[in-house]
Amino acid sequence: MIEQRISPPKTRIDVTVDGSTVSVPEGSTLLDACNAAGADVPTLCYLETLTPINSCRACVVEVEGSRTLVPACSRVAEPGMDVQSDSDRVQRARKSVYELLASAVDLSLAEPETVRQMERYDVDPERFGEGWHRTDEVKIQDDLYIRDYDKCIMCFRCVAACGPDAQNTFAIDTAGRGLNSTIATEFDVSLPESACVYCGNCVAVCPTGALMFKTEYDLRTSDDWRPDDQHVATTVCSFCGVGCNLELHVQDNRIVKVTSPMDHSVTEGHLCIKGRFGWGYVQPEPD
Amino acid sequence: MLGAGGGTSSYEEIESTDLIVLWGSNARNAHPIFFHHLMKGVRNGAKMFAVDPRRTESARWADVWLGIDVGSDIALANTIAREIIAAGLTNDEFIRHSTSGFDEFAASVEEWTLERGEEVTGVPAEAIRQLAHDYATAETAQLCWTLGITEHHNATDNVLSLINLALLTGHVGRYGSGLVPIRGQNNVQGGGDMGALPNKLPGFQDVTNDEHRGKFEAQWGVDVPAEPGWHVTQMFDAMERGDIRAMYIIGENPAQSEADSRRTIDLLEGLDFLVVQDIFLTKTAALADVVLPAAAGWAESDGTATSSERRVQVMRKALDPPGEAKDDLDILSLLAAEMGHGWGMPTAEEVWDELRSLSPMHGGMSYRRLEELGGLQWPCPDEDHPGTLFLHGWLWEDPLPREPAPFSSVEWAPPIDPLSDEYPMRLTTGRRLDGYNTGVQSGGYRSPIATGGVIDLDPVDAADLGVSDGDVVRVTSRRGHIDVVARHRDGLRPGLAFMAIHWPDDADVNTLTLDAWDPKSGTAEFKATAVRIEPVQR
Repeated sequence: MIEQRISPPKTRIDVTVDGSTVSVPEGSTLLDACNAAGADVPTLCYLETLTPINSCRACVVEVEGSRTLVPACSRVAEPGMDVQSDSDRVQRARKSVYELLASAVDLSLAEPETVRQMERYDVDPERFGEGWHRTDEVKIQDDLYIRDYDKCIMCFRCVAACGPDAQNTFAIDTAGRGLNSTIATEFDVSLPESACVYCGNCVAVCPTGALMFKTEYDLRTSDDWRPDDQHVATTVCSFCGVGCNLELHVQDNRIVKVTSPMDHSVTEGHLCIKGRFGWGYVQPEPD
Repeated sequence: MLGAGGGTSSYEEIESTDLIVLWGSNARNAHPIFFHHLMKGVRNGAKMFAVDPRRTESARWADVWLGIDVGSDIALANTIAREIIAAGLTNDEFIRHSTSGFDEFAASVEEWTLERGEEVTGVPAEAIRQLAHDYATAETAQLCWTLGITEHHNATDNVLSLINLALLTGHVGRYGSGLVPIRGQNNVQGGGDMGALPNKLPGFQDVTNDEHRGKFEAQWGVDVPAEPGWHVTQMFDAMERGDIRAMYIIGENPAQSEADSRRTIDLLEGLDFLVVQDIFLTKTAALADVVLPAAAGWAESDGTATSSERRVQVMRKALDPPGEAKDDLDILSLLAAEMGHGWGMPTAEEVWDELRSLSPMHGGMSYRRLEELGGLQWPCPDEDHPGTLFLHGWLWEDPLPREPAPFSSVEWAPPIDPLSDEYPMRLTTGRRLDGYNTGVQSGGYRSPIATGGVIDLDPVDAADLGVSDGDVVRVTSRRGHIDVVARHRDGLRPGLAFMAIHWPDDADVNTLTLDAWDPKSGTAEFKATAVRIEPVQR
């Protein structure tokens, strides 16, 4: 009557990526297959810890027999699929995706990976001329984090992290239509009045700096955000016994930001208000 | 559990289990990241029962909420057990093979019919029946609890009554089935593991066991007392008798965290000599003859902490401590030197390596492995061992390698502080999402959702008392009274009030609580105070 953990070995399937065959576990996505084949497929809205959102189209690839390009992040690989990860058609699509975004959104604080991909595809942010730009006021409604929707690419990572993928709080979602659509609280009330519980998990997954910890925002505003002078120490949160890993980002012997490793089994990068923001007691505010 | 002081399961198991019972735990607020794992389980189809006097933010996610009267947990557990037995849903093969004392246990719960259970617990019989049947018939089930179970005068019996349910059904020692106490502090598990218990040496080795004690005596070159010491509550009783005249308190704020704080402060003030080592000048430190300023362990020094899934993880120093504050370890080493013992100034890793040589369950946990692997779960006896996902798999081995797991017949006893005409309301305590314990730490940031010290009242009670939302009320127990702002809250029940413990400077709830404590664990009954609530005339 010995029972053991039963996880039957997964069937593997073969997929062709850029002419070479790779074997991946059944249920893998085309992105997994491309990564396994060593192909350099960009992603924007995709994050390993979230359900694929399919909003940005940066990861599109060409699949033999498919009329349209398909998003690699969410399309499940099928045996025998023949994938072109960087064909002319794919390159044109990606270039357009980035140029459309850059024409409307302030990408100055986008993740380094995004900057690299924009260089790779020779993106011209001016291609669509003056066009249309987001012009929102920075929302500063408390001391914990700010929202600058001029930088928002509507990737919905924050919505997924606030909702069913982690926090299950559902404080934010899309409001408005078309170009005027934005991420907002219910009826666009201020954050303290909303359902927000200030876990900051939305901030942690934001790829463009649209959501930013107030500490970082203040330092950037006073031109004193110096990543080269920062070090990161990994420790365990001092509140409760769950054992969340904290990455303390330290500048001048002061904590300026707290994150958690995305690849750690306990948190998957997510924290609560205490772990994310509750460190002030080791660091009284300067007089 | 079952002789090993740790939760049996890993967090990942709740993500794929079939049934979740959350008992006396508002994990969504008190353990939010554990609740993320729990919610994955719910989204993967697990059915969830919540047992709690309050319909908490956690209970709102449950399929069934069992609104239990405070302090009737054993009555509920015994009723569930009796129903499982009466309905023929026991795992007879598991009981025969892996447990002992079933017949006696079955006789002890025989009186706990569904009707009697409903009468004592306030939970409808049908809801009790449903939990019993679903738990017994689930393929896998996780039974999780926190301080709603342990902050009672009969805490240990409460836990034993839950273990009985797992033994009846075989919901322990298998992937997905287990007993899951979620711990309240980041290293309360590690503290116990390290022997910070009156009767234990590191690695749950017994001080009364000559062989265990001998290992430590040989390593340290000193005699280790063979008798168990006292836990905190016993120490305060010893202070009252005059058997303790001096105390050295490290990182604890009993002046505010102990029940019946007026008595606690009197006893601390009555000591001949009090040393407090803390990162702040707490209320307790303010009473001390000598205060030793300490570094904040998690941010200002190296070390390890052990989580509720028995995961030991390394903590690295991020900041230099302020002023003259020193690492706890350095303070102890310097004190030892003053007392004529040459310990040198060992690093945290050096102390850990000595521990690994003496505590078999930690043997394989080098700092290098802990950092590379994101922590390891004990037991982990050697450096080739991957750590242990769940405990008590031996219960399913044939032949059974150890003595079978015993059922425990436990008697229900009502809370020590009885309701009466004079004190007709039940006050229970707990945490809020953004607060922590006595607020020494969580008071250090500007939470936009902070409530401050308030008492939550059921709207029905508030109407009866003529108390509007935001009015000040006087709350009186048999020990003292406080004035505090009242809030109307859903999720309570008439007769039940709630206060968080994080704002003792606004409203010191431990002026009201009593220091009745569980003789087996030393935990005080913070959860069940009889009070009277009156509007304050303005």
